[in-house]
Amino acid sequence: MDINFIREAITVVSFVVFIGILAWAYSPANRERFEQDARLPFEEDAKMEERS
Amino acid sequence: MDLKATYNYTVVRQFAVMSVVWGIVGMLVGVIIAAQLIWPELGFNLPWLGYGRLRPLHTNAVIFAFGGSTLFATSYYIVQRTCEVRLFAGGLATFTFWGWTLIILLAAITLPLGITSGKEYAELEWPIDLLIAVVWVSYAIVFFGTLATRRTPHIYVANWFFGAFILTVAILHIVNSAALPVTLFKSYSAYAGVQDAMVQWWYGHNAVGFFLTAGFLGMMYYFIPKQAGRPIYSYRLSVVHFWALIFTYMWAGPHHLHYTALPDWAQSIGMLFSLILLAPSWGGMINGIMTLSGAWHKLRTDPILKFLIVSLSFYGMSTFEGPMMSIKTVNALSHYTDWTVGHVHSGALGWVGLVSMGSLYYLIPRVFGRVEMWSMRLISVHFWVATIGIVLYIAAMWIAGVMQGLMWRAVSPDGTLTYSFVESVKATYPFYAIRLVGGLLYFAGMLIMAFNVWKTVCVGKASDAPIPLAKPAHA
Repeated sequence: MDINFIREAITVVSFVVFIGILAWAYSPANRERFEQDARLPFEEDAKMEERS
Repeated sequence: MDLKATYNYTVVRQFAVMSVVWGIVGMLVGVIIAAQLIWPELGFNLPWLGYGRLRPLHTNAVIFAFGGSTLFATSYYIVQRTCEVRLFAGGLATFTFWGWTLIILLAAITLPLGITSGKEYAELEWPIDLLIAVVWVSYAIVFFGTLATRRTPHIYVANWFFGAFILTVAILHIVNSAALPVTLFKSYSAYAGVQDAMVQWWYGHNAVGFFLTAGFLGMMYYFIPKQAGRPIYSYRLSVVHFWALIFTYMWAGPHHLHYTALPDWAQSIGMLFSLILLAPSWGGMINGIMTLSGAWHKLRTDPILKFLIVSLSFYGMSTFEGPMMSIKTVNALSHYTDWTVGHVHSGALGWVGLVSMGSLYYLIPRVFGRVEMWSMRLISVHFWVATIGIVLYIAAMWIAGVMQGLMWRAVSPDGTLTYSFVESVKATYPFYAIRLVGGLLYFAGMLIMAFNVWKTVCVGKASDAPIPLAKPAHA
């Protein structure tokens, strides 16, 4: 196979993957999940209070 | 209940304290070489004090010693806190500290002796390069091992940035440092001619993108939310920010080689991807700054937030300036002038420096069993001294750079150059003086920080926080 074809294919595949990531990140179905992920650095405080 | 397990803060403390020490060393050398440009006699005719040898010492000390130690300290802290697990392979983590410190000491000895491979930001000779590779692989094992053994279901975005930084720097370092050793102290690059130049700037620009950006964005995504007491503005934007940076940064390197023997199409690709980079960079900046949305008043009273948020403003400025300078026609004016130096320092002093200092001000009291630094007032003083220093520095270099570019290209009606090179040097003197004042202020800020850290360590005591023993993951 021509190496230039592989180069072009990788560029196109990368771009499609990136568009996929965009759609995944902004899909309404994932809104709740990402909002929860954003709170991750604060959960340790709540857990510590629970334990004490 | 049982909280017997604690976080490994020992290695965090070691790196955090050393980053302040290396910050002072690196910035002092920077002040010395800035003074040498005004008073060349300051080299005292000693070869190891010459500008050409001290300049790589300055860049290595501030990037790899100060920046590197800060990255180690903050990544080790953040990955433990957000994975709720003790650092993986504690012995190896200790090794990364002593190994990295040894590398810095070796750099401080070999560079003034003139032992160099001649590659910018990769000057260290091959035995030290091998040691860097070993330490870096150990760092990767500790970091990714901690991620693998985490107790939280999700890998927080800061860790994605740190992970990308560790992985990419490993690849960059190993590829760019490939060399044929001829003696213990001399090696020749495995690449020749323009290929060598392209590999070097593929390394060089991604060192900026991953060493000096991705890792520090990791700090931004953890310390700004924690210090502001609210989650990041948009987690979804942070996901897109991450992948956009990953997909584009790799291709921006050729903009360092505009109008050289590098094929024109490669230069154009470098320019195009540099322009695209504006989008993810500003997305990240907006994400960080907007975290304070609805709580702007905190910026008035909290000097640590001032450091963190103003660092993002400088990030926004330099990531606007960078793409602009990568445009070939702009580059024709800016390249080889002090504008480049100004641009680099707007990123280095403004973004990397301030975000590091803000992060260390958050982190240091916490690993020494204190609620906050010994003096919050001194943090505020440090902030203003440093910020005024940066503004003087970059404004002087902007003016000097544009002036140099215009003088070098000026042509008289008879077709001869209007100015000789030395005339442009002479015209730059006043700006070199302003730059030195700016650098001195920034250095003075670092001394204030060192004093504050010293006092904090004296009144505090080394303490390792307990790990909240969480419910099993995948809840």
